[in-house]
Amino acid sequence: MALAKDPFNVIIGGVGGQGNVLASQILGQMLVSGGYVITIGETYGASQRGGAVMSHLRLSEKDQFSPLIPEGRCDLLVSLEPVEALRILEPYGHPGVMTLVNTRPIFPMDVISGNATYPEISKVVAAIQSLSRKTWSINATEIALEMGDPIFSNMAMLGALTATNTLPINRQGFEETIKALLPSHRLSDNLRAFDEGSNAVQEL
Amino acid sequence: MSLIAQDAPGKTILLMGNEAIARGALEAGVKVCAAYPGNPSSEIIGSLSSAAEAMDLHVEWSVNEKVAMEVVAAASFAGLRSLCSMKQNGINVAADFLLNLNLTGTQGGLVFVVADDPGGISSTNEEDSRIFAKIGNLPLLEPATFQEAKDMTLWAFSLSEDLGLPVMIRSVTRVSHARGNVRLGALPRPITKARFDINRPRLAFPPFPNHKALLQKMDRAKALFEGSPYNLYRGAEKPELLVITGGSGWMYSLEAVMNLGVQDRVGLLKLGTTWPLPETLVLKHLKQAETVLFIEEVDPFLENNVKEFFAQHCMNLGLKRFYGKASGTVPSAGEISPEIVCSALQSLLRVAYKPRPEDYATRAREAAAELVPARALGFCAGCPHRATYWAVKKALALDGRQGFVLGDIGCYGLGMGPSGFFQMKTIHAMGSGAGLAAGFGQLGRFGLTQPVLAVCGDSTFYHAAMPALVNARYNSANFILLLLDNSATAMTGFQPHPGTGRTATGKEAPVLDLKGICESLGAKVEVTDPFDQRATTEAMLKFLQDEEGVKVLILKRECALVRSRKQKKLYHVEVDPERCLGEACGCNRLCTRVFKCPGLYWDRATGKSRIDEAICTGCGVCAEICPASAIRKEVA
Repeated sequence: MALAKDPFNVIIGGVGGQGNVLASQILGQMLVSGGYVITIGETYGASQRGGAVMSHLRLSEKDQFSPLIPEGRCDLLVSLEPVEALRILEPYGHPGVMTLVNTRPIFPMDVISGNATYPEISKVVAAIQSLSRKTWSINATEIALEMGDPIFSNMAMLGALTATNTLPINRQGFEETIKALLPSHRLSDNLRAFDEGSNAVQEL
Repeated sequence: MSLIAQDAPGKTILLMGNEAIARGALEAGVKVCAAYPGNPSSEIIGSLSSAAEAMDLHVEWSVNEKVAMEVVAAASFAGLRSLCSMKQNGINVAADFLLNLNLTGTQGGLVFVVADDPGGISSTNEEDSRIFAKIGNLPLLEPATFQEAKDMTLWAFSLSEDLGLPVMIRSVTRVSHARGNVRLGALPRPITKARFDINRPRLAFPPFPNHKALLQKMDRAKALFEGSPYNLYRGAEKPELLVITGGSGWMYSLEAVMNLGVQDRVGLLKLGTTWPLPETLVLKHLKQAETVLFIEEVDPFLENNVKEFFAQHCMNLGLKRFYGKASGTVPSAGEISPEIVCSALQSLLRVAYKPRPEDYATRAREAAAELVPARALGFCAGCPHRATYWAVKKALALDGRQGFVLGDIGCYGLGMGPSGFFQMKTIHAMGSGAGLAAGFGQLGRFGLTQPVLAVCGDSTFYHAAMPALVNARYNSANFILLLLDNSATAMTGFQPHPGTGRTATGKEAPVLDLKGICESLGAKVEVTDPFDQRATTEAMLKFLQDEEGVKVLILKRECALVRSRKQKKLYHVEVDPERCLGEACGCNRLCTRVFKCPGLYWDRATGKSRIDEAICTGCGVCAEICPASAIRKEVA
């Protein structure tokens, strides 16, 4: 699959604790195995504790790029949380960006305490759509909760991402990568989350 | 299986900068590795520990950075290759030993990696560690890519042996905590025998001849660096603008030049060996350009040292215009970014750049302003620290004398913010809460009537708080130390420490007895579970009434993230909508507005509290807080 652009810039965003770093590592390894040159920049540390987190992934057929995407140059956004998509599109979006969003919110501290409101999901999704060339949505957290553990949401998101056909990745590459990177007792659950994610994703 | 110990020369894999450094050390045949955890450096030792068994290494988490450096120096003195790593604050701790080690020199290759944190993403400061290479007269390397991180580490070991000096590698967050393609080299398995040559003692004293010998070694380093492949130049022979950069600045500069389409006008000099600087190479390029811009993280290290060369050789170089931190072209504080580099180039070259249409930018800004709430940092759901600070808040309010908590860096540092109810009033270095308390604890005779509390984690206790406690006992200071024993070095990735009964490589280790240590130092000690709010608050109140000497309250409860990896929820927690009276209760939404656990939120639609089942870890503490007993916990 030839890249639409080189570098093709992907951001995986969400909230600390959602498995953002692992998702970007798995995606990156799938792409490296496919022969691409990848750079991933990650934000974590203090931000791990309930803050907004992002991984920047640069995909190229030939060159290594810096681990930070310049503003206004994100081509594909994978957001594990709805409002985080808008937080990221503000500096990084452009009219050609495509967005995949998990519609299950994680409430910030001010919302938990009742001092701020979380916007209606339909409004958030509409705003994402108006800022994106293409938009896909999925409730990945619900899939994971039905499986018994919210930890599987990021794997469901990777399944959904594969199904959007926006990147040169497939299920086989996912399986090989998680076999190499993750404990084997989680293999079948991770594959199930991946499959359910790829079935549940919807283009809006 | 260890990602970094794959015996597959020529294979390309995705590695984090820290893993690439670790892999470089394995390719160099490293034998002994030590560090105290600290981001962004932690994964260097973390990944080496996973390779320890396969590669027959000694890998350890040491109690602090100075001891780590001493441990690896011993290996070097005995002829083995060794590596230690630290974050930027760590080199301050290690520096006392380092600035003697430079004088005695080393035998087996010794490499120490300092991962700086520009912008202080996970630190209390954004110190630039490179100054230590200059103070200590030590060779300094700065990798700019993941491949360089591996290859330069491999080279650093032979360089260290060649010069008989420790070699410093300075990484930054965007190298250490980033991932990219790395082509693996061969994995040697050297057969080494440790032996200390007693005819060659390592004595820093007397310093004068050692200092002279050190300077001679650095002259040799300078000559070696002139031809290093890690210094490279890209651009016209006589560029309109010369950019001198290194580390993460290299790739930002490359991309900015490409995006602005100014390849013909700009020359990029990327330096990988940054102390001593390759003088001849720098002067050669300096002569070709009138305008020079420096792009580097944190301090103007390259900038000032190149300007020193210019002062020395200005008669041959002609007039120059220098731009960088001194001119204000690049900000002097905070992390650099692709935008900072791009706008510096734009202003010097007077070129326009618009990455996206203005109307899109306006719409994106408006959507974010209308719909995106702020996301403050806070303790995880079920974190024992939240329960501890809740007890502190209650106890200090009941005590009524404006007591305060002195803190330091760790997850519990979030006690300075809303998640810890703003209880923590100071934050500085590791163990500084206890040290400051030893000082505040002397001020009663000068009229201080406020109770003094300090807080420190279990790992921090071993790192730096123990000497403060000894000092406090010896000098009869009066304070309470809250020792948060969550059985992990949680903030940096749950590394084990002397109290956990496990080593870096997962082997069993003797468990140090925190309570016994504190008692042997003469402190009065109590142990409570912070999830038991009543017992914890009572223990605090008892100590607050005791105005003699050092009191230690150990708050023992495992980190919620560590616990969640091993076992299911303790409790199934639910809010009974019949019992929760909402706004009518009179509690003023105590559980959500004040306690603020992410697992429990204020549901505007029903006007009551609710559990978020995707977040709640089932600690059950909120059930103890609700005055209407509306939150029910059942053993899960």
